[in-house]
Amino acid sequence: MSNGVFRASALPLLEIKHVSVDYRAESGTVHALTDVSLTLERGQILGLAGESGSGKSTLGYAITRLLKPPAEITSGEALYYPRSARQGTLNGAAPEAVDVFKLTPGQLRALRWRELAIVFQSAMNALNPVIDIEAQITDVLRTHQPGLSGRAQRARAAELLRLVGIAPDRLHSFPHELSGGMRQRAIIAIALALGPELIIMDEPTTALDVVVQREILMQLIGLRNDLGFSVIFITHDLSLLLELADKVAIMYAGRVVEMATRDELKQHPRHPYSYGMLNSFPTIYGERRRMVGIPGAPPDLRAVPSGCSFHPRCPLAFAPCDRVLPMLRQPTAERPDLAVACHRYDPALSAAPLPSDEEFAASYAAAYQAEREGKGA
Amino acid sequence: MASVASAATESGDELVVSGGRRGFWRAVTSNGKVMLGLIVVIFFTLLAIFGPFFVGSDVNAFGLDRSAPPSSAHLLGTTAYGQDVLAQVVVGARASVALGFSTGVIATIIAVIVGLVSGYVGGWLDEVLSVFSNVFLVLPALPLAIVLASFIPYKGPLIIGFVLIITGWSWGARVLRAQTLSMRNREFVTAAKSTGEPTSRIVFYEILPGMIAVVVAQLLGTIIYAILAEAGLEYLGLGDLRGVSWGTMLYWAGNQDALALGYWWWFVPPGLCIAVLGAALAFVNFGIDEIANPRLRTVRAEKRRTRGKAKEA
Amino acid sequence: MRHLTRRIGFYLVALWASATLNFLIPRLAPGDPARALLARMHGRISPAALHALEVQYGISHEPLYSQYWQYLTNLAHGDFGTSFANAEPVTNVIARDLPWTLALVGAALIISFLLGTILGVAVAWWRGSRLDTVLMPAFTFISAIPYFWFALALVFILGHSLNWFPSNGGYDIYSYTPGWDLGFFLSATQYAVLPAFTIVIGSIAGWMLGMRNTMITTLSEDYVLMAEAKGLSQWRIMITYAARNAILPNITSFALALGFVVSGSLLTEIVFNYPGIGYALVQGVQNKDYPLIQGLFLIITVAVLVANFLADLAYVVLDPRVRSERG
Repeated sequence: MSNGVFRASALPLLEIKHVSVDYRAESGTVHALTDVSLTLERGQILGLAGESGSGKSTLGYAITRLLKPPAEITSGEALYYPRSARQGTLNGAAPEAVDVFKLTPGQLRALRWRELAIVFQSAMNALNPVIDIEAQITDVLRTHQPGLSGRAQRARAAELLRLVGIAPDRLHSFPHELSGGMRQRAIIAIALALGPELIIMDEPTTALDVVVQREILMQLIGLRNDLGFSVIFITHDLSLLLELADKVAIMYAGRVVEMATRDELKQHPRHPYSYGMLNSFPTIYGERRRMVGIPGAPPDLRAVPSGCSFHPRCPLAFAPCDRVLPMLRQPTAERPDLAVACHRYDPALSAAPLPSDEEFAASYAAAYQAEREGKGA
Repeated sequence: MASVASAATESGDELVVSGGRRGFWRAVTSNGKVMLGLIVVIFFTLLAIFGPFFVGSDVNAFGLDRSAPPSSAHLLGTTAYGQDVLAQVVVGARASVALGFSTGVIATIIAVIVGLVSGYVGGWLDEVLSVFSNVFLVLPALPLAIVLASFIPYKGPLIIGFVLIITGWSWGARVLRAQTLSMRNREFVTAAKSTGEPTSRIVFYEILPGMIAVVVAQLLGTIIYAILAEAGLEYLGLGDLRGVSWGTMLYWAGNQDALALGYWWWFVPPGLCIAVLGAALAFVNFGIDEIANPRLRTVRAEKRRTRGKAKEA
Repeated sequence: MRHLTRRIGFYLVALWASATLNFLIPRLAPGDPARALLARMHGRISPAALHALEVQYGISHEPLYSQYWQYLTNLAHGDFGTSFANAEPVTNVIARDLPWTLALVGAALIISFLLGTILGVAVAWWRGSRLDTVLMPAFTFISAIPYFWFALALVFILGHSLNWFPSNGGYDIYSYTPGWDLGFFLSATQYAVLPAFTIVIGSIAGWMLGMRNTMITTLSEDYVLMAEAKGLSQWRIMITYAARNAILPNITSFALALGFVVSGSLLTEIVFNYPGIGYALVQGVQNKDYPLIQGLFLIITVAVLVANFLADLAYVVLDPRVRSERG
């Protein structure tokens, strides 16, 4: 897969600043997201990767304001720069941003789908089983473009299906009459209906077989190149992001632990967790594909370990890790587009040289060994 | 009548809230609806057991004070035959509660057996049992009960109980069959099967405990049905007219035109008792439904449209 | 339509089962209650009708299978036997009384299902609101009141004490005769208000609570979330996405609960002396009029099965998955 010639502009489309989300459960408050900041540029594909419970989906739902109680956004802002503001910037004026979290229900409805669409994890469950595909496309058009005639709506629906490679004679099919891949394409077609600036995709192809998954992702990149929308792509499959994303944010226990370009990450992951994820593989059995390769399990979010929440599993953990929370910082001065939250990159705390892939490999190997022996004992 | 999941996945992330069996009972006792319902049910049960000892020996004996409105002598007044209404209500509680509970229990046992066997064994047995219970489900119960009761010369609680069991088991069987089908291929069942456990053991020791909430819901529903239908049959005069129960009280009240004559104290108390007891059982049932299906729980002070409201940082 | 064919097949089985029950019950009942009553019919009805009754009640020396066959054949020809009370064919009684019950119970059922469904959608949508917290316990209580007792209370309060509505009979028998004229129709409507109200109140809670449950389950479906993400109007989400799906299981429950509701409605008729099937049924019980009781049981069964079939049709219309089912 290649990103082709498309280049993201440096203008921000969405700035997420210090967002925290809590789930209030009887057994305690779960800090699903803590102080997450991210910037998505126009036309960019931003990957969000992490294990189950890392908060990646929560972030996607928070941006769209789709979180339901007991989930609650406790702080932060999500600044969205609408299309008209782009004109403003071109004229030298400051871009005018709206905070998605402060929108009234009416404003939110206007923003939704026209600017910001979302593709859900399970295509079967995301389509209304009792109305046909055409109706599920045209209800968006009817709501957001009330001037459009019925004929124009139907024509647009057919055009959208063609765009994602479905024959328009499928318009009157119901979801259960389509294959899994077709359903996911249909959802992408619905997402494209209003030409949104941003599409959030939550594990869009997880349930599909590898061949179909690949086809759909190829098509997605093609569409992005043609139509110029941005994507936030949420997945536990980091290898997918390495082919697809422009920029990747690695999440752990509700925080971003590393931000890097795809190529940087591929060549040299900086955070010990990123390295572990990259060099782990999903098990082929079990309903929820779980990473193996990093010893230990993700923490209970009701009681996140102090300091760096990854330290109990980290093979490189040292003195300050269990006490001091590492902040996202540039690992090296020459790469301002990178950020990593790890004390090993803080010269004030660590005198050791920056970790290399070899060191990661050796330390993880030792950790596996220790785990195996621990189990054997 | 949906009561399925005992674990719900929250929409956003992979947050799973699950309750074990101990959690279930704790949830039962901390649920306001359940507790309120239970208190009322226990009250009527105690009334049915001990109440009759405190009222006169023959509440059916005719008295001289006829059709008297409530007074200090007769707290709930008297019937057209001079019988004390309060005493009859207390004694009637025994017949009504005992019959309702025992037929409910028996019908539920039949439902459990038919439902679980049908759902677990499958094949032709399932086909036959399903058709059988569905037929009993669509047959209108009361007319069938009337036909049965009218042909049987003996009148009394036994025959009414028999009729209620015949007409009351099929709904539960249907629900429990569906529930069994969904549990049949769970891991722990497969595991038990592979270790060679006998089918009856798997069905009643592995599957049944997992559906306890559903079974309890069915039991309560059947008891409500039995109490209401018993009252209906007795009101039609198909019960034992020499005995005292809430239903026969209503029969005699209707028979003597208590309504037209304005003797409200005669027909209000037995009907109200039926309604209060039925409602209490229904409350317990809804509470259990909420516990078994956490989505049904009322989220207080939450409007759907204002979800995810952000606060200032 | 494989689905509908299967349903029709099932209804035929159910019908056959109820006819067979009808045939078996007199034979299995202890004693011989019909024989004495049948003896009184000699000379009052034709020998053929008498023979049919003898077959129906097992007072015959013909072999059982032959009696059974004759009984089924008679039923198939619309011969439900002869009523003991008036020595008239049971079908006459049915023809006279069934329209009353169909109109009353049918209208009341449709009203209560629609209202209950709408209320269920509303309380599920505005869950936790005052509407929800007030209606839920109130309807739970109402659902546990026996129909006939509620009917008694209505007759007492609205009929006798306040005299707002007629509470006895089906129409004003002193002013009108049944027929196609407006005066009769209005009178019948006026007389139907209280019984219909009783049936609506008695059954509405079940539909509302059922709809609330399925609606709440449906509201957490991804397609509802997606509808919200699409920025659709609240009404569109509530109706086309949530309620439209949530109603499906309730149509099945509606069909299954029909027998129960019809039973309650029959008792209601009795309280109001309403000239329908229920009233005829209780008179049959009082007169030990077995052929009438059995004939009414059969016709009520047929009515419930037909209503079930209509519910099936509605389901097929509303659920495309059943429509295209091939397996």
